[in-house]
Amino acid sequence: MLLSISWRNIWRNKVRSMVIILSVAMGIFAGVLATAFFKGMADQRIQKVINTEISYIQIHKAGFEETNDITDYIPNAAELLKSINNIDGVAGVSKRIVIQSMAASAETASGVLISGINPEQEKSVTSISNKIVDGAYFKGIKRNPAVIGKKLAEKLNLRIRSKFVITVQDLQNNITSGAFRVAGIYSTDNNMFDEANVFVRYSDLQKLTNFPVGGAHEIAINISNKEELPAITQAVKKVAGDKMSVKIWKELRPEMNYLTEAMDLYMYIFIVIILLALLFGIINTMLMVVMERTKEIGMLMAIGMNKAKIFSMIVLESVMLSLTGGIVGIVIGAITSKYGETHPIDLSAWAQGYQQLGYDAFVYTQLDPSMLVDITLLVILTGVIAAIYPAYKALRNDPADALRIE
Amino acid sequence: MNVIEIKGLTKIYKTSEVIVKAVNGIDINFEEGEFTAIVGPSGSGKTTFLNMLGGLDKPTSGKVIISGIDVWKLSSRQLIDFRMNNIGFVFQSYNLIPVLTAGENVEFIMHLQGKPKKEREKRTKDLLEAVGIGNRINARPSKLSGGQQQRVAVARALASKPEFILADEPTANLDSKATNSLLELMSQMNKKYNTTFIFATHDQRVMDKAHRIVTIEDGKILSDEYFERD
Ligand SMILES: Nc1ncnc2c1ncn2[C@@H]1O[C@H](COP(=O)(O)OP(=O)(O)O)[C@@H](O)[C@H]1O
Ligand SMILES: [Mg+2]
Repeated sequence: MLLSISWRNIWRNKVRSMVIILSVAMGIFAGVLATAFFKGMADQRIQKVINTEISYIQIHKAGFEETNDITDYIPNAAELLKSINNIDGVAGVSKRIVIQSMAASAETASGVLISGINPEQEKSVTSISNKIVDGAYFKGIKRNPAVIGKKLAEKLNLRIRSKFVITVQDLQNNITSGAFRVAGIYSTDNNMFDEANVFVRYSDLQKLTNFPVGGAHEIAINISNKEELPAITQAVKKVAGDKMSVKIWKELRPEMNYLTEAMDLYMYIFIVIILLALLFGIINTMLMVVMERTKEIGMLMAIGMNKAKIFSMIVLESVMLSLTGGIVGIVIGAITSKYGETHPIDLSAWAQGYQQLGYDAFVYTQLDPSMLVDITLLVILTGVIAAIYPAYKALRNDPADALRIE
Repeated sequence: MNVIEIKGLTKIYKTSEVIVKAVNGIDINFEEGEFTAIVGPSGSGKTTFLNMLGGLDKPTSGKVIISGIDVWKLSSRQLIDFRMNNIGFVFQSYNLIPVLTAGENVEFIMHLQGKPKKEREKRTKDLLEAVGIGNRINARPSKLSGGQQQRVAVARALASKPEFILADEPTANLDSKATNSLLELMSQMNKKYNTTFIFATHDQRVMDKAHRIVTIEDGKILSDEYFERD
């Protein structure tokens, strides 16, 4: 009954209540949409980094990541690769020889990370093969073909079929060089990646460095459903044994995870700021409500409503007022964000700077249902906080004074 | 049997300029089933007296004992429950909750008392029929006339099955026809349920119905007379 009294009380002053409801709705709508937008942007960025740069899981020999020592390799990489391929949910596995090296053209040189890959295996793990902007993915060149990033091609002034020299240390610590020819030029959205990564065939790099056949520094694993990542990681760890370090993308590139966490934090701050601004409007309305109803509240106290009930009545009214606006805002915001999951927002007019950083020009919003729950709770909390002072004022009413007719 | 015993009841209001002895040492008893008018000119202390009697306004000194309970010794929490269960109120105005229908207003107090839904609904219907507006059970107060609103207030006051009903100038906003019928109603209810009614008024027509008239002036009892009616 208290609930229905509070609800009906909201509609006693329709205009005033609608103003509050609409402003809460608009604030929450903005909050939900902004959240979905930035979450979409971050997720897209992360997904892209996973797809083009790191893949979901990588295996290294323990210690390799710190030292990058060429001798810290996985000796049985070829067998390991086969067993991992048999794990349910694994979409692709690729083994790589990864060596810090120098790439030199006729004009200049640049430090690069050279990856010796099996082109077909690599296709099932990362999407470099889809990012070719010139030439072809390991086609058209017979001896020592290489696929390099656009940025590096510009820096070294290399074109398709251009020759360049890779200088590395082999397993015996001898400096050795090999001539490679550009078969394809790729371009991801990450210029830094494009400048630093050169892909050559596993067999070519293996010969150049006298690398043991079947060994590799890195095994990269792609999976078909990211929900299964924890389970698959467990399975991979089992197969790899405890001499190997098995890491998922979050561990490989912690800054990617910080990105999501920072984004979440910013969004909460943003929503709290919106709610803080709305809070004062609600407090003001509830104060007016309490002033207008002095006599009525006095009467309610006289006939037997205790302080707890009066307090709840005011708090309920405030909560329902804010929650009504909140729900309207959440629903409209959720519908808009859902629409944005299939209809991207085009940022191309402003996106140049973003692209340098690896973000897309088209942002698909990403609705996070758990965020909606949190926003709902925050709106309820706002309603409660807004009611405290007005409700306290209402309790200060003395029924005898309130009822005295002047 | 005395339902209410009042001893040396006094209320002094102190403002910055003056000290007002609104009620100045009243001793009086009320018996079960009485239909009593408190009369006196405006400012004589009627409202103050009723408010102290009803547990709404704390006396400066003196005692109000209702069914053996010293009302002003109760904690404020106990006092609210005591009011709810023992005293029915009919005020001059602002009696009803505007967002509730006539029926819900009557039901509300039983809801506060924690009565079961079945009982609440039946009693609401019976009471609204008894006060003659059974057909307006779903009307909001704003859709009722002043007289009808006061009838709902009487029904509401009766709903909690109180020891007695306090009514502070219940007819002040009513025309003579509505005043007559409200008084007729209160007197009927007084007989039907044997509920004690104590009402303040300075309306001659109201006094004519009373079985006992207590006249107050300057916060003191001037006279206390009994009448045979019917
Ligand atoms: N809260 C108050 N503060 C100061 N004086 C008051 C207050 N309430 C009532 N009074 C004074 O007490 C006296 C009695 O008032 P009241 O009980 O309302 O009389 P009545 O109901 O008979 O008109 C009046 O003089 C009134 O001005
Ligand atoms: Mg008065």
